[in-house]
Amino acid sequence: MGEAGFDRGLRTISGCGLSGMMSLTGERVDGRAIRQSIAILHDRSNGLGGGFAAYGIYPDRAEQFALHIMYYTDEAQDGTEDVLSEEFDVVHDERIPTRPNRNIVDPPALMRYFVAPRASKLHELGVTAEDHVLGSVMRINAEIADAFVFSSGKNMGAFKAVGYAEDIADFFRLEEYEGHTWIAHGRFPTNTPGWWAGAHPFTLLDWSVVHNGEISSYGINRRYLEMFGYQCTMRTDTEVMAYLLDLLIRRHGLPVEVACDVLAAPFWEQIERMPEGKRRLYSALREVYGSALVNGPFAIIFARQGEMVGVTERVKLRPLVAARKDSWLYLSSEEAGIREMCAGPDLVWRPRAGQPVIGRVGSEVVVGEPGSGKEARVPEEVAGERRSD
Amino acid sequence: MRIDAKELHYRELNRRRREAVAAGEKRFELVNVNGQRYIGDGITGEVEIDIQGVPGNDLGAFMDGPTIRVRGNAQDAVGNTMNAGRIVVEGHAGDVLGYGMRGGELFVRGSVGYRVGIHMKAYRGKRPVVIAGGTAGDFLGEYMAGGLLIVLGLERRNGESLVGDWCATGMHGGTLYIRGEVDPVLVAGEFGGMRPAEEKDLADIGPHVEAYCAEFSLDAAEILRSDFMRVAPISHRPYGAKYAV
Repeated sequence: MGEAGFDRGLRTISGCGLSGMMSLTGERVDGRAIRQSIAILHDRSNGLGGGFAAYGIYPDRAEQFALHIMYYTDEAQDGTEDVLSEEFDVVHDERIPTRPNRNIVDPPALMRYFVAPRASKLHELGVTAEDHVLGSVMRINAEIADAFVFSSGKNMGAFKAVGYAEDIADFFRLEEYEGHTWIAHGRFPTNTPGWWAGAHPFTLLDWSVVHNGEISSYGINRRYLEMFGYQCTMRTDTEVMAYLLDLLIRRHGLPVEVACDVLAAPFWEQIERMPEGKRRLYSALREVYGSALVNGPFAIIFARQGEMVGVTERVKLRPLVAARKDSWLYLSSEEAGIREMCAGPDLVWRPRAGQPVIGRVGSEVVVGEPGSGKEARVPEEVAGERRSD
Repeated sequence: MRIDAKELHYRELNRRRREAVAAGEKRFELVNVNGQRYIGDGITGEVEIDIQGVPGNDLGAFMDGPTIRVRGNAQDAVGNTMNAGRIVVEGHAGDVLGYGMRGGELFVRGSVGYRVGIHMKAYRGKRPVVIAGGTAGDFLGEYMAGGLLIVLGLERRNGESLVGDWCATGMHGGTLYIRGEVDPVLVAGEFGGMRPAEEKDLADIGPHVEAYCAEFSLDAAEILRSDFMRVAPISHRPYGAKYAV
């Protein structure tokens, strides 16, 4: 197709399937259940992309950042490895294990590196380890042709490709990994090409996000993110979600619930109806973060280490179903997807528009679960704090 | 005829069912259903389909006469553009239920999702009926052009609203009944006029509520003794002045 990676420059209408599962006690399971879940949603995708993110899979190297990188040329690999050895201690590197699959064609070279930022380098630059990794990922993706970092967190990894998700799971041998949180995506590219780096999940540090929908505010979000050092190189809309989460939650310190209210902000007419404190908070969020509002239909599942969240936009133009069984939280585009992971859920519910479902390892309380007492759109105490200023 | 749908793709499942209907089969029992789309679509006549499991999207789309009973939850777009027949869901149902529905009945024991009854319509002898036993999400009856939508609110959690935001937006036909109190702010007042239901209104919905209750062994008389709110369109051409002047 002229440019590396644009294997199948097809354009089709939209669909997409999402699934996620999390053990609230941190119990780790292999990738077979999540594979089955996304496989049952096969007809939501069209074979032009899919992928997974898994947390807790590298416990023996949990202190190092695990970089998953795809290369389309040897030069890309040489250039990237020069950058890595310049910026980090590369503790270990290896090919990502794969197994041939007749439906996964022309894979790029797939490598992973476990790296540790050097203290002297961080001191010299005056940045945190995370920000140094962020800068290096942006640099490689934007400046080195044909090299794409597609995973850069600790004790987690993304696995993605062009193909159907179940074939991608087999290709990456996901039954050989054990994680406490898994998210998955089957893709139906809406307005952009199906190519390897453009498959979901989109990641940065330990953030990963899978998305069903399309983001009409992409241009605004992208320009806003550029002011904070994020460069969009994956040629598709969902990439901005991963960077917005990093900016809002990690760097600006917003609670996850509040970040969801930035992405899926309530309408002004709804804000007008809120009590005083809440109204001031939501007005401020819309004013400060207008450029981070994600417009257009979406259901997303996103995760970071120890946390998994499902949320739709404010009018719920894409589906999302949640379920609990014992100490597990499940999310999927369809209830059928949940029942592939969990035969007899204790509770199945459909989250309301814009109201996140949040699971956290170490807590049996799931935010947004009916009857959990945590159903409020935003914690009242947050609104209360802002009221006093 | 019994079909085990485990690991059966919807095309194969529906092919077998269509062939059997063509051969004169009237009763189907589908077991281990999980996510298969388009079950019961486009079939005509007095066919009964009993589904164990969770059927996939577009259950009973364009259906013209059959009866479907789901012994569990249903997903999105149940009864899409359905013409006649009855679909009974013992659990909950998802979004866009009864979209563009032209006739027949959708009875859901539990709650229904967003955009239920959008653009339902009635014509001459055809009057589609949707009854939800629980609550409904946002955009209930949006652009509703005809038929009957009833929300019973039989079970709901503390503080849970019977209907969501933007109810009756663009409504220009049909009638919507909600059992219990509704915050008027949720109903798009420029389209739907809301008032308490009167005796003659209850006489209109009575037979439908009775049919619903018979499916689920509920006491219709008790339900009909409750207070209902009635939402009906203010205008048959709500956008006339906006676009057609």
